[in-house]
Amino acid sequence: MSMTKWTITIQVYRQKGEALPHYDEFKLEVDPDEYVLDGVERIWAFNDRTVCFRHACHHSTCGACGMRVNGVEKLTCITPIREVTQNGGKIKIEPLRNFPVISDLVVDMGSLYSNMERVGAQSVLPVTEAEIERPLRSWPKEDSQYIRLSDCIECGLCISACPISTTSETYLGPAVLAGAQQKGVRLDPNLLRLVDCEDGPWRCHSAFECTAVCPSFVDPARRIMLLRQQIVLERLTRLFRSEPKKNTVKEANR
Amino acid sequence: MNLNRNQPSPGKLLQWFNPLGRKLSFSGFTLNRVSALGLTLYLYLHLIVLSLLAQGPNAYDNFLKLIHNPWFMFGEWLVVAAGLIHGLNGLRIALTSLGIVVPQQKQMFVFLMVIAVIGSLIFAIRMYTTF
Repeated sequence: MSMTKWTITIQVYRQKGEALPHYDEFKLEVDPDEYVLDGVERIWAFNDRTVCFRHACHHSTCGACGMRVNGVEKLTCITPIREVTQNGGKIKIEPLRNFPVISDLVVDMGSLYSNMERVGAQSVLPVTEAEIERPLRSWPKEDSQYIRLSDCIECGLCISACPISTTSETYLGPAVLAGAQQKGVRLDPNLLRLVDCEDGPWRCHSAFECTAVCPSFVDPARRIMLLRQQIVLERLTRLFRSEPKKNTVKEANR
Repeated sequence: MNLNRNQPSPGKLLQWFNPLGRKLSFSGFTLNRVSALGLTLYLYLHLIVLSLLAQGPNAYDNFLKLIHNPWFMFGEWLVVAAGLIHGLNGLRIALTSLGIVVPQQKQMFVFLMVIAVIGSLIFAIRMYTTF
């Protein structure tokens, strides 16, 4: 933290019940190295106790504090104020897109969580499948006994940024399809049926916004492309795979 | 509680053309849609023009005389530019859709669009110098 102080204005999206949404402005003195979430918390603590927002861990693990900061999807607990405004400037804070607003900055992310469950997205994985720390091929095989948390923190930023999710309610969305890719359609025939449809990876129009906003290096766009590969390979394999021989009545009577 | 606001809806289609707060790859997404709409419009105009042939050679020749001016030529140049943008960007999308060069898609987009701009300029020079 620095000793510098900035005076900034935070515009907060407000929506309660059936009332029309509007923005409330709050003038704050902040340290520019503080995070946007610190500013929102200060508004709640000292200016307006009715401001609703979600947060928990404060270190980009829980994925609860996803919001739009100046129109861009951000995890507010790791977005420094210095990065999004300047001394005397403004920060506009809005809820994530493509999820129903419950109150102010809080959205209902139930659809994301239930779809993640439907595709069997894994919350823990063998460390050998980690792609950040080391390339996949450099893990010793015996390390597969160790597990780690999956990279996706289910923050919903990718779904908020995706232009296809904006216009289609039934599209599974980047995080869900990335979860399906990680699970693998070869291992799960039900998963293949679930994702190989018009609301699956074929609906992605390659805007790559999901990857641009992902705070956790999941790279959902790449995973969607890999999921397409998986599906095509699996369909081709099934096409050319010889069907298991059906037992004849004679064999069955033996 | 009003939960309907902020939810996905086909009526939000105009968001596809709003570049505010978007990154570079989104430009590719928008350019592809705009150029596709332009090319589709041109296809229908082209069919309408061709239908003039049914009215005899004079009707067609008169129309050709009418469009022989710099403004219509600019429209034709737009068709060439849209074709180049859509075709080259489509190449990037086709490759990335197959899982090829996905991490380099941004650089590829810039490279292909530079080619599209150069190609469009060459066409513009050729069209207007032979006018």
